Amino acid sequence: MKFRTLFAAALIGAAGFAPAIAADEPQVVRQEMMKKVGGATGAMAKMVKGESEFDAAATLAALTTISEVAATFGNYFPEGSETGMETEAAAAIWSDRAGFEAAIAKFKADADAGIAAAPADLDGLKAAFGPLTKNCGTCHETYRQKKS
Amino acid sequence: MKRLALGLGVAVVAGAGIAFAVTSPRPVAAERLDAIAAIDGDAAAGETLFWAGGCASCHAAPGAEGDAKLMLSGGVRLASDFGTFVAPNISSDPEAGIGGWSIADFANAMLAGVSPRGEHYYPAFPYTSYTRMNDRDIADLFAFFKTLPSSDVASLPHQIGFPFNIRRSLGGWKFLFFSDQPHVTLGGPDTEIARGQYLVEGPGHCGECHTPRNLIGGFVSDAWLSGAQNPDGEGVIPNITPGSKSIGGWSKSDIAYYLESGFTPDFDSAGGSMVDVQKNMAKLTSGDRDAIAAYLKALPKRDNGWE
Repeated sequence: MKFRTLFAAALIGAAGFAPAIAADEPQVVRQEMMKKVGGATGAMAKMVKGESEFDAAATLAALTTISEVAATFGNYFPEGSETGMETEAAAAIWSDRAGFEAAIAKFKADADAGIAAAPADLDGLKAAFGPLTKNCGTCHETYRQKKS
Repeated sequence: MKRLALGLGVAVVAGAGIAFAVTSPRPVAAERLDAIAAIDGDAAAGETLFWAGGCASCHAAPGAEGDAKLMLSGGVRLASDFGTFVAPNISSDPEAGIGGWSIADFANAMLAGVSPRGEHYYPAFPYTSYTRMNDRDIADLFAFFKTLPSSDVASLPHQIGFPFNIRRSLGGWKFLFFSDQPHVTLGGPDTEIARGQYLVEGPGHCGECHTPRNLIGGFVSDAWLSGAQNPDGEGVIPNITPGSKSIGGWSKSDIAYYLESGFTPDFDSAGGSMVDVQKNMAKLTSGDRDAIAAYLKALPKRDNGWE
C-alpha cells in the first residue's frame, strides 16, 4: 500500500515536473526563440511575396521581435548545452564563440537598422528584409547542423 | 603437384589480367567525343549549367563570394572516410588550371572521370552524376569555362591513405558503382519531371550528399536521396524523398520557394553546405526549380537513410 502510494506520487511528480524542467532548458528556450524569429520572418516574407498586404505596424512588430530575440539569444548556449533536447547547435558555437557572438550582433544590428528606417511601403520593407535575412543562411551555414 | 602449380599460375595470370582490364581507365567513345566537339558551345547557356553543377562551391577559393566565385583557383577541402580531398585549380590558366584542355579532355573528365593523362579521378569530383549530362550541355559548359578568368595558384595534392591513394584501384570502384543509368524509374512520361530528374541526377549531383553510402563509398541500393550522415562533419544530410519526416510534407511550391529563397515553409533557413547550394539554385530559372520540386515529389518514399 505504502509502495503503491509512493509509486503513484512518483508518477504524478514526474508527469508534473518533467515538462517544467524541459521548458527551462537552454536548448528549448533557444529553439522557441528561433521559432519566434521564423514567425516574424514569415510575416514579412508573405508581404514581400505579395501574399499579404504591406502593413507598416506588422513590419515594425516583426523587426522588433527579431531585435529582441537577437539581444539575448547568445545567452542560451552555456557549456553543457551542446547536446540534448534535439538541439541542432553545431560544435562551432563553442569552438568559435567570438564568431558566433559577432554573427548574432550583426543580425541584431540589421534588425535595428530596419526599425530605424521604419519601412513605410513595400519597397522599404524589401530594402530591410534582404540584408536582414541574409543573416539566416550565413549563421546557419557554420553554427547549425541538421540532425534529422 | 606440378599440375596444381600450373593451374594456380594460370589463375593468377588470368586474375591479374581481369584486374588489369577492370581497373583500366575508359574514356568516352571516340564517336561521342567527335559529336560533342562538333557542337558550337553557347557560353550563356553554359552559365546556367555552371550554377546547376555547383562548380564554384568546390573550385572557387574557400569562402569566395560574388564575382570571386568565378575564379576557380581551387583549395576547398573535402573531408571523407577515405582522407581529405583538395579541389584543384580548374581556372582557364593553361598551366595551373585547365586552359590547355581540349573539349575531348573536358568531356572525358565530366562524363568518364578520366584525366587528360588517362588516369582515374576520385569520385569526390562528382563525374558519377555529371556522366548523365547530354552532349549539348557539356559543350555549353565548356564554352562558359573558356570565358572565366585564370589563376596561377598551384593545385594541392589530396591527403589520401593506402590503398585509396592508388588511382588505378578506382577502376575497381568504378566497375562496381559507376553508371550513367537513371537512379529511379518514374512511371509515365512527364516533361517537367524528366527535366527535374536530369537536373537532380545529372548536373545538380544532389544524390552525392543526400544518399547513404556503404563502407567503400558506393550508394546503398533502394535508398536514393533518403539522407545520409554528413560526410564532412557532424549531423546529417536530410532525407528529401516524400518519406522524409520534415521535407516529405512540403508541397511542390514549398520546395521551389526553398530553392529560390532558402526559406522552409516555417521560415527556418538552409544551413550547412546547403547554404551555398541554395544560392546556386537561386540562379536557375523558376521553371528549373519547379522541375526539381516536381521530381522530388514524384520519388518513391524512403525511410531516413542514416538510421
